[in-house]
Amino acid sequence: MLQIFTYFADWLVYDLLGLAPSTKLADALHFFIEDSSKIFALLFVVIYVIALLRASLNVEAVRDYLAGKNRFLGYLLGSIFGAITPFCSCSSIPVFLGFTSAGIPLGITMAFLITSPLVNEVAVLLLISLLGWQFTLVYIAVGMLVGMTAGLFLDQINAQRWLQSFAAKALQQGHQQTFHAIENELDTSPKMRFNERHQFAKQETIDIFKRVWKWVFIGVGLGAALHGFVPDNWIESNLGDGQWWSVPAAVLLGIPLYSNATGVIPVMESLILKGLPIGTTLAFCMSTVAASFPEFILLKQVMQWRLLATVFIILLVSFTVVGWLLNIFSSFFFIN
Amino acid sequence: MRNIKVLGSGCAKCQATVALIDDVAAQMDVEIKVHKVENPEEIMAYGVMSTPAVIVANKLVHKGSVPSRELVESWLKVFNL
Repeated sequence: MLQIFTYFADWLVYDLLGLAPSTKLADALHFFIEDSSKIFALLFVVIYVIALLRASLNVEAVRDYLAGKNRFLGYLLGSIFGAITPFCSCSSIPVFLGFTSAGIPLGITMAFLITSPLVNEVAVLLLISLLGWQFTLVYIAVGMLVGMTAGLFLDQINAQRWLQSFAAKALQQGHQQTFHAIENELDTSPKMRFNERHQFAKQETIDIFKRVWKWVFIGVGLGAALHGFVPDNWIESNLGDGQWWSVPAAVLLGIPLYSNATGVIPVMESLILKGLPIGTTLAFCMSTVAASFPEFILLKQVMQWRLLATVFIILLVSFTVVGWLLNIFSSFFFIN
Repeated sequence: MRNIKVLGSGCAKCQATVALIDDVAAQMDVEIKVHKVENPEEIMAYGVMSTPAVIVANKLVHKGSVPSRELVESWLKVFNL
């Protein structure tokens, strides 16, 4: 069914533009056209459908559900909800504080916040269509594991003592401190009529499109450049063995680079097709998405330096370890 | 005073909400004062988790996205009475 995009790219590049196949330019352009058209079409359909299903899930409901849950279940649930709950990244801080003031442990909140940018429906659908469902499962499992482990570790070292004082106080008080009494006029009942769902889904689709279309072009553009202009052998022969230092190097390289998960996936596809080992690729791409300066600047409002640094280091170490493990295991069985 | 509060830490959607409300108010010739609440501690004190959020005359009327023009008009219509 997805071959239609291949045919579209074939027609546009070889017929309409008359470029000779297997020249670098033709290769790159073909990749660009095929991938971006495929991605936009998929985004359109799948975002809408998933948003329809997700319309009645909101962060307030998640918070109420998570409050008071057993620790270990909490990390798993926090991570799962992080993967499936939609919220604008500018709401990271209000969400963080909302969870915290409901008494939800820091680790569970962080499991939610770490998994969220890594695993979302856009990333998943891109991965399935570009790299297949096995790799997608690996990606999701890694994203959630990193979130959960980070959360667990943070609680073990009592990292909540490194919250900014107002946040720490809110955590201790453990219930919704509404100093400003306001009436909530919004309908909080979970039953939604279809029209409401449709409105929400339509708005979500438009919002997400607006947010990610640039990233799709940038990501696919980079992927296309890699695809067409980097010789097939170069990556394979220099980095293809998964030399141990290439994984931490990839993680470090990902830090100053920032991308939405959407933009980084076409790049991942290209890297893998060029022979970069799975572990190294995943380490690089997750580091790009999760270790982002904009997010950390936001988190500074609620965390002291020590906590920020701790989270940062946990992420880097996690991605490196994951990278190494995947490189080792992928040589045992063929992923993708 | 006809107060409208917009809660949000200054991201694009929050600014768009403020701009939209000002725009609709000007169009409907309704005098209002839009307060931007950007401090996270204050936002937390309102019990709001999804920004941008809008509070009209002490009632939370919207959260989680930029409201539609029709919705903003419905809020301001009350002030016209």
